[in-house]
Amino acid sequence: MTAHSMRLRLSLCFLALLHTAVLLAGFVAPYPYAEQHRDYPYAPPIRPHWFDARGRFHARPFVYALVPDAASGGYREDPSQIYPVRFLIRQASSEAAWQDFPRRLFGVERPGVLFLLGSDGYGRDVFSRLLYGGQISLATGILAAALSLLLGLGIGTAAGFFGGWPDALLMRGGELVMALPWLYLLLAVRALLPLHISTVEAFLLLAAIIGGVGWVRPSRLVRGVVLAARESGFVQAARGFGAGDGYLVRRHVLPAALPVVWTQASVLIPQYILAEVALSFLGLGVGEPVPSWGNMLAEARQYHALLNYPWLLAPGLAAVPILLGYLTLADALSEAPDS
Amino acid sequence: MRSGMRYLARRLAHGILLVAAVSVLSFVFAKLAPGDFYSDLQADPRISRSTIEDLRARAGLRGSWPAQYAAWATSLARGDFGYSLAYQGPVAPILWERARATLLLTGTATFAAWLLALPLGVWNAVQRGTWKDAAARTSLAVLVFLPDVLLALLFLMLAVRTGWFPTGGMRSAGFESLSAARQAADVGWHLALPAAVLVLGMLPVLVRHVRSAMAGALDAPFALAARAHGIPRRRRLFRHLLPAAVNSLIPLAGLSLGTLLSASLLVEIVMGWPGLGPLFLDAVMARDGAVVLAVVMLSAVFLVVGNLLADLLLYAADPRIRVQ
Repeated sequence: MTAHSMRLRLSLCFLALLHTAVLLAGFVAPYPYAEQHRDYPYAPPIRPHWFDARGRFHARPFVYALVPDAASGGYREDPSQIYPVRFLIRQASSEAAWQDFPRRLFGVERPGVLFLLGSDGYGRDVFSRLLYGGQISLATGILAAALSLLLGLGIGTAAGFFGGWPDALLMRGGELVMALPWLYLLLAVRALLPLHISTVEAFLLLAAIIGGVGWVRPSRLVRGVVLAARESGFVQAARGFGAGDGYLVRRHVLPAALPVVWTQASVLIPQYILAEVALSFLGLGVGEPVPSWGNMLAEARQYHALLNYPWLLAPGLAAVPILLGYLTLADALSEAPDS
Repeated sequence: MRSGMRYLARRLAHGILLVAAVSVLSFVFAKLAPGDFYSDLQADPRISRSTIEDLRARAGLRGSWPAQYAAWATSLARGDFGYSLAYQGPVAPILWERARATLLLTGTATFAAWLLALPLGVWNAVQRGTWKDAAARTSLAVLVFLPDVLLALLFLMLAVRTGWFPTGGMRSAGFESLSAARQAADVGWHLALPAAVLVLGMLPVLVRHVRSAMAGALDAPFALAARAHGIPRRRRLFRHLLPAAVNSLIPLAGLSLGTLLSASLLVEIVMGWPGLGPLFLDAVMARDGAVVLAVVMLSAVFLVVGNLLADLLLYAADPRIRVQ
């Protein structure tokens, strides 16, 4: 196995792992995203322990109870109350949503709490919300990229294969879209549409806008490949044998364009995830209480949060491994010998 | 030279046409939006429908689209950029003030980013294949993986926690009473963090392009010839090779120039820089159509002009283009 295909596989596995964790948030996260622990607003991240106060080793990690600390205004651990971390724990919650499993991968018995990345102002677990929020952010990115690529593939193929006035029209139209700054365009289009809508509508709308605005670059790349393919010997030969346009496109031209599409996918998805984060951050995306990385970061932006609760920045950091995975994949794909 | 003028005229006409098309497109978009500046008033039972219709008529929101577009375009040509309903006045004064602030921020950041990227990229290209190049590339790659929003928030956190930098705005209180030198220092102090975020965002892309352009020049036969002639290393790199590599950097410079008004939207909003970004977001939220359109038009013009300049520079720098 070459170093190159090694990198391809590694990044794919890494991405698969991250996406699975996010997809199964209803199982991996210890709490439903809307569950509030009103007694624990802005709790700091809780560390699991293996050694208790007397230095004894526990094979099963545990957490201490969190009690308010009057001196610092925050919290401190109370070593007299121990809550072991349980796996495949069954915990009923009034806040359970449709994507929640009856059992959780891990958690602690109530009234103990397990906030791996701290809690927000409502006492909601940041780690759990981060996983659920990833569902919105990643799904928006992937859906929007799929839309962009479909549009790009269709438009690029039509322009490249038929040439003439459709080509001129489509490419001039693309130029028009490119003449507008991307983020401004996104914001303006989003603002055209109603601001107060349900979660599902907001999610679909966001994906449609981000994807719909971004068709130009993929369509140009596809057009280039299609132009080259149209003039190539094997297409000319097939045409000589009497192949029709539909057959030529399906059989010879589209397969030539596919490597470009995959490479573009690995570039566009992370870019669109960031777009979703930006829009939700500005309050134009999915609204509370449903989390997305963007609207979670909006809370971290407040002065007191920046000063005292740095763990609220976790959703921003969550984007880092995702970007790392996708951009490594993009690098590996664009260097691939056969594309 | 005659063909040069013709090329210039053709590109210019193309740019003007593009801007005109953009103006029509964004105007139609704005008109398609459900609701307008007065929509929120309808929820208020004390205001009658006819009053609102009156307000709309006075604000020029009635009438046919072509007529409205013509009115808007005239105002644009007069330099008013339309009438803002939220600010109760022509958009131009607000627009220019905000655009100046944005240009100050992005101009400084872009200049600094290029100033850093050129030597870094050249150095990386020379060190190709060594661990130094790999180390530099990896550390820059890390920057690519940090979302802009996160970077801005991290710097803001630095400002909040240390108190070394202001946490927003462009001027301190009592700015007017400071001496000119103090005023400049004050603005620079406010500028430091947002500009740093922008520089870190631009740097990886710039360095990568400079590096690959320089790598191409280093491999060229004339590089070997220059070396054989015994031209000193620094002179060879910066006087002989860098100019040869510049061709492939011109489009990138055009993009840098073109995005001067639009690159900093998020950073401005997060870090409270009083530029076009916050103005645009507020206008979008308030459905103040004239301001939205003005900002979009201005940044579109910048993008078009940036590309145009890049085309012309490329034409001047690369004789091969003239043959086509």
